[in-house]
Amino acid sequence: MNRGPRTLASTFAGYFVLVFFALVFLYPFVIQIATSFKTEPDAAAHPLSPVPDPVSLAGYERVFAGTDLPLWLGNSVLVTLAVTAGRVLLDSMAGYALARLRFGGRRALFSAIVAIMAVPGVVLFIPKFLVLNQLGMYDSYTALILPVIADAAGVFIMKQFFESIPPTVEEAARVDGAGVFRTFWSVVLPMARPALITLTIISFQGSWNEFPHTLVAVQSPELFTLPRGLADLVSGSLGKGTQYPLKLGAALLATIPVAVVFVVFQRFFVRGANEGVEKG
Amino acid sequence: MRPRRPGAARENLAGWLFVAPVVIVLGLFMLAPILMAMWVSLTDWNGQGSPFRSGVPFVGLDNYSRLFTEEGLARQDFMTSVRNNVYYVAIVVPAQTVLALGLALIVNARLLRGKTFFRAAFFFPSVTSSVAISVVFLFVFANSGAVNGLLALLGVDGPQWFADSRGVLHLLLGAAGLVDPAAPPQALTTGGPFGLSWWEWLSGPSMAMTTIIMLVVWTTSGTFMLMFLAALQDIPVSLEEAAMLDGAGRWGVFRHVTLPLLRPTLFLVVTLGLIATWQVFDQIYVMSQGNPAKTTLTPAYLSYETAFGGFEYGTGTAISFVLFAIIVALTLVQRWVLRERRS
Repeated sequence: MNRGPRTLASTFAGYFVLVFFALVFLYPFVIQIATSFKTEPDAAAHPLSPVPDPVSLAGYERVFAGTDLPLWLGNSVLVTLAVTAGRVLLDSMAGYALARLRFGGRRALFSAIVAIMAVPGVVLFIPKFLVLNQLGMYDSYTALILPVIADAAGVFIMKQFFESIPPTVEEAARVDGAGVFRTFWSVVLPMARPALITLTIISFQGSWNEFPHTLVAVQSPELFTLPRGLADLVSGSLGKGTQYPLKLGAALLATIPVAVVFVVFQRFFVRGANEGVEKG
Repeated sequence: MRPRRPGAARENLAGWLFVAPVVIVLGLFMLAPILMAMWVSLTDWNGQGSPFRSGVPFVGLDNYSRLFTEEGLARQDFMTSVRNNVYYVAIVVPAQTVLALGLALIVNARLLRGKTFFRAAFFFPSVTSSVAISVVFLFVFANSGAVNGLLALLGVDGPQWFADSRGVLHLLLGAAGLVDPAAPPQALTTGGPFGLSWWEWLSGPSMAMTTIIMLVVWTTSGTFMLMFLAALQDIPVSLEEAAMLDGAGRWGVFRHVTLPLLRPTLFLVVTLGLIATWQVFDQIYVMSQGNPAKTTLTPAYLSYETAFGGFEYGTGTAISFVLFAIIVALTLVQRWVLRERRS
């Protein structure tokens, strides 16, 4: 058996493929970072180069002086905080009730939530606008936050989690005379930490990156979030020239928060992605 | 309902209080919108005032028949968008599934180190903002961008990606010498179903659409790779080793042991892919707005554009519901597959 050389060769081939694809998946980000520090002629002449020559901050200066990016950033932070906090609290309350509390209509409600998860987001663009318009909420912070402050998938994830932990601890608390809400708040939630972190991460990422909802919820530039402002920026509000250093710099600033959270909490992202397998 | 246990009434009340916020939000912004849109799709509402006013013209199923049976621009645009999306789905779904499976197999290989890094590298594009990443790809595929720079190194003159409306299938047919794309045979250009000629149906994705296809394959493969990885880790190593000892080669083990065990995940990834690819919107909005020559128009983008650009809310919502029907059908397939898997 000539196992040795064959294993060596396939190990080498394995690394070659891994490194090749790592480049394919990461090099666009390298180009993005490099180009954001390039001058415009340099960006056009050396699009592949990972080194800006000369290093120029002109793109970033124009991002902050010539666009509303600081405003979009503020709106994104506000909306993301509100939506994430809302989802974590409301989804876990509903998930807990569906898993543990006996109330009339519980099964029907759960079926409805599963059905709602299957509704594709894109077909709701116009319908959501219709309702926001009808309720007089269109073009406000309320429109950006309220419709997405709870989500069916989050409720589902929390329900599954609460069903997986033994009810003995809560029962003990109940016997000691604690009310339902008190038990939930000071006994159940602390136990649910891993699920809560996963839900926080998914909500943060989803909300920070949310684009189409902003398209049908607001139209005033003062209410733009980062993805909306960025989309507006590239679709021509800049006017003259390609201005790639500026655009890529702005896109980079929008990517950094998610990138940082991703690096720190990677395993929770992985868990969140695999929830998708179970939730269908 | 009479409370049967002590405290049952209180638990009933607590239960409803706990779910009330979610019920209100989902009812108001998921359920009510669908019902309201059903009504609007039967009217010619132009966005002025409430769609429930008495002056709003009720047109019955006209908005739907305009998409399928009546000749005109509405049907032509809709069928063009369906054609574009069919080609998009037909390429993205197999490509991302094969790439995701391939990456998962390599990352899962026992002898290699640095798995965590490579897994993270392949997954990272999936978590970034679709808008931000579309901006990056606008530059990567720009006329003087990275891809054309790379092609120039190989001595190839890159196309003007986003301005190029030529269909890839047309180009291939031309290159194979079967048809001259500049003068297609009359048999193909004169007739065809739903207001498009056979020649138009046979265009393939345009060069502009292929950039969006590449972007989406690149961003979604990472997520699906994780699903395959989770499934691969459930396969006992002893099973594959036993097959190896029985004399099966590497390909034989993959073909006869690994792949059959991955089958449920494979079905899942394909159906999730089918559902997602019919919803492509963000990338179209940022990168092409349906251009050039409507070759990147998709039903999702067309419905948005018809309502908010053309103020034809009735037609726009009708397109949404047709899209809805397509996706619901695919979801039912997914549900059915999952049931098989669980049992």
